[in-house]
Amino acid sequence: MSEDDKQAPLDVVRLAGAKARGKRPYFLEDPDVERVLSIAMAIAGELAVLRQRLDTIEELLETRGALTREEIETFVPSPAHAEARGRWHQEYLARILRILQQQAEAQERNDEPTSSEAGAWMLRE
Amino acid sequence: MQATSTMDYDGPPDYRTVGRHALLPNTTHDQAERYNFLAHLNRHLAAQVLPGIAVAYRSEIEPSFRQRHGRAPADRHEVRRALEGHAFYRIWSALRRNAMEMRQQSGLSVVLGQLRELIDRSAGLADQRRLRLDPTLSPPRYLTAVDHHCMPGSYYTERLDQDVSAAANYDSGLFVTTGGLLGRLADGGGRGMVAFLKKLRPDFAPRRILDLGCGLGHNVLPIAAAYPDAQVTAVDVAAPMLRYGAARAASLGVDNVTFVQADAADLSAFEDGCFDWVGSIMFLHETSLAALKRIMAESRRLIAPGGLVTHVEQPRYDASMPLLEQALRDWDAFNNNEPFWTKLHEIDLDQLMVEAGFDRSRLIHEGVHAIADGEGFRDAATEKVEDYGRKPAWRITGAEVPAQGYDAP
Ligand SMILES: C[S@@+](CC[C@H](N)C(=O)[O-])C[C@H]1O[C@@H](n2cnc3c(N)ncnc32)[C@H](O)[C@@H]1O
Repeated sequence: MSEDDKQAPLDVVRLAGAKARGKRPYFLEDPDVERVLSIAMAIAGELAVLRQRLDTIEELLETRGALTREEIETFVPSPAHAEARGRWHQEYLARILRILQQQAEAQERNDEPTSSEAGAWMLRE
Repeated sequence: MQATSTMDYDGPPDYRTVGRHALLPNTTHDQAERYNFLAHLNRHLAAQVLPGIAVAYRSEIEPSFRQRHGRAPADRHEVRRALEGHAFYRIWSALRRNAMEMRQQSGLSVVLGQLRELIDRSAGLADQRRLRLDPTLSPPRYLTAVDHHCMPGSYYTERLDQDVSAAANYDSGLFVTTGGLLGRLADGGGRGMVAFLKKLRPDFAPRRILDLGCGLGHNVLPIAAAYPDAQVTAVDVAAPMLRYGAARAASLGVDNVTFVQADAADLSAFEDGCFDWVGSIMFLHETSLAALKRIMAESRRLIAPGGLVTHVEQPRYDASMPLLEQALRDWDAFNNNEPFWTKLHEIDLDQLMVEAGFDRSRLIHEGVHAIADGEGFRDAATEKVEDYGRKPAWRITGAEVPAQGYDAP
């Protein structure tokens, strides 16, 4: 970075999203699908943030009847409330990533029939 | 907030409970919640998704490897390649990589938006006698080849004059990766080392302590605080880490640590035998084989008679560790820019220490886990979830050096 660059305002958005040095590994068979997965997880993250913000607003309104933006930014949940928010996160992720839970369960129960296989038996029994 | 589960809560604490000091970047409501989401995502991937890989391995991956090769996998690399053929491993990996990239983006956006203030605060706070920078030192090639753990710009990049951004990002988002298992000030490793040392040598009163690859000093501060009469030297190659570290130490009231910019593989500025304790914590895996040998030799040269050398890393891949565990622990080496990680956990550190001049009969081996300080933060010892290679439960490899005259040749 040149000396001039160090005086100019930082382009925070671009720099924060910068790629780390080193070729990125892709894991899924189709890298296009992996990029879409990345986008989906980013949206999941933003939705969680929004849901927590809403909860903060509800909490402030319920306990104080009114709120300022400053109060939202400096809000700290009580230990019990933080735990409830943590549990919400756990359940939220279990919903978002449900397909992985089911994929794991399927591995342990790979003797299950498909519905049409079961249907075929039913005609025979 | 409504939740339906009635199980005991064992998830990460809220980000806002992390320990404050004057350098910690401020977070808005939503920035803190991004960290919370990512801490939960990492934990979910370790606790809920990862166990499915072990199931897939036993039920499908290993049997089909045997079928194809007529034998079991011979080493962790064969296991890794076999895992890579399985869809469940692949999606877990894709999500884990993504979580790290999201963590970096979140941290950098927190930090860069307030970087000038952070630089001013660090310049104002750092006791200049406690900060010795060497602008002629350039980062070793093993640091510049790839950005470690996908941290854009690594430890050493200077985005602005007197930069501290790399350290501020590291400090601000460290919570995300371990979900609070390092304690409120992320210093659980240093606390664990103090507990170890107080047990090994209850009367140890080191006068000079050297910490190699100190980073921003998370773990050296509890050590300095436990030995307030000692002069502690903390070395790192990266100036942003040291500037931030010196200011953070001042803000936390620890005044016996000097942060020195130097290469741990060449500490010729220090005289032979001038430290009573030479240690490193989670440092060696971010070096190289050549550097590691020199670091071992420098530790031997610098240690005083009667002194003690300790290196803390994740456990070694020895024959007692199942190959699947080894392959999972190796994930960061191949997928999270930790290029030396795989070799470091394979090699025999004992042998390297002996080659560097330590006495084999005086080597030390001990387990150590993070002691998490702060309400709502749990010790790694109570953590049942295994997030291979990331759980703060480590191995100490070290050596005691005979006091002068005592059993000397
Ligand atoms: C994972 S961090 C260390 C964490 C730190 N020990 C702690 O406990 O928090 C690795 C550090 O090693 C530094 N480093 C890498 N190679 C080095 C070398 N040859 N000499 C000194 N420091 C080095 C990096 O700049 C980085 O700050």
